Amino acid sequence: MFTIRDMRSFWRTLGPGTLRDIALVCAADAIVGASFGAIAVSGGLDPWVPVAMSLLVFAGGAQFAAVGVVLAGGGPAAAVAAGLVLNARLLPFGFAVADALGSRWWTRLPGAHLIMDEAVAFAMRHDDPRRRRDVFWTCGLALFACWNAGVAAGVAAGRAIGDTGALGLDAAFPTVLLALVLPSLASPGVRRAALTGAGVAVAATPFLPAGLPVLLAPAGLLAAARRRRRTMPGDATPGDATPEET
Amino acid sequence: MPPLAVVLLAAGTYAFRLAGPLLGDRLRLPDPLRRLLSDAAAVLLVALVAVAALTDGHGFAGWARPAGVLVGGALALRRAPFPLVVVAAAATTAVLRLIGLP
Repeated sequence: MFTIRDMRSFWRTLGPGTLRDIALVCAADAIVGASFGAIAVSGGLDPWVPVAMSLLVFAGGAQFAAVGVVLAGGGPAAAVAAGLVLNARLLPFGFAVADALGSRWWTRLPGAHLIMDEAVAFAMRHDDPRRRRDVFWTCGLALFACWNAGVAAGVAAGRAIGDTGALGLDAAFPTVLLALVLPSLASPGVRRAALTGAGVAVAATPFLPAGLPVLLAPAGLLAAARRRRRTMPGDATPGDATPEET
Repeated sequence: MPPLAVVLLAAGTYAFRLAGPLLGDRLRLPDPLRRLLSDAAAVLLVALVAVAALTDGHGFAGWARPAGVLVGGALALRRAPFPLVVVAAAATTAVLRLIGLP
């Protein structure tokens, strides 16, 4: 339990700079959440779907991916597969911030649900274990609250929208995803793999059931890896490391 | 989207999250696997962008939508604020449709 003295030292260890940064990320995520809610509902999904996903899945990219597959006419299995491919990136995050969750099971179990790009990025900036813990929990809990509030507001707004095509809302979904993924395309290797994968997915769209073509895209990684091995035998380029998504 | 799909996605996601905190003391994830997982996420997202921007059902989505996404992408590259990026994309598509481009 927090006493008043604990609280005061808690805010001091975080610092005003970190708190401001967390607030900015929260505001941005609330807006992304609102677009998710609005796009899902205006695309024809029941309001409980985006709300339940945001509470239980709590991962923006995967939620957009799954809903995108369904709105494109894909089956639920393809939607779940796309979401899980995206969320597999959370696996290494869990190892990176395991110490920040505490050692007891009743802090680890709920803390694990808060693991996502932003909270991990903030926690990794600090070496001091106490600070890491404070930053992770503050960022994680604040984002959970803002994300779900944003989604609920978006659901409410989306139900009021009539003709989504005339408003150009079908362009909003790919644009949100593009803005989310741009920072992780810094390395030429990933860019090449991504372009190959996107080409494969678009080319396969006329022939395969909806939702399956995007699942072929990670094959672009194989092509890129083979090419890298051919041009630079046994060597991983130093500038090729993928930066963390923020 | 059936409730079971939401539950499966949630359970799988939670398993990915919980593995590290539960096994962190006994297991270390090899670096190539870390890179592969984060690269696969980026590649899948870009493919989703391309498919959602260019196609509708099994055919071409028309020019208005990809044009809007391009405008939004250019603004995002220039680090424009997120709401502006999304609104500009939707507005571009809406205006192009208004003047008769599909």
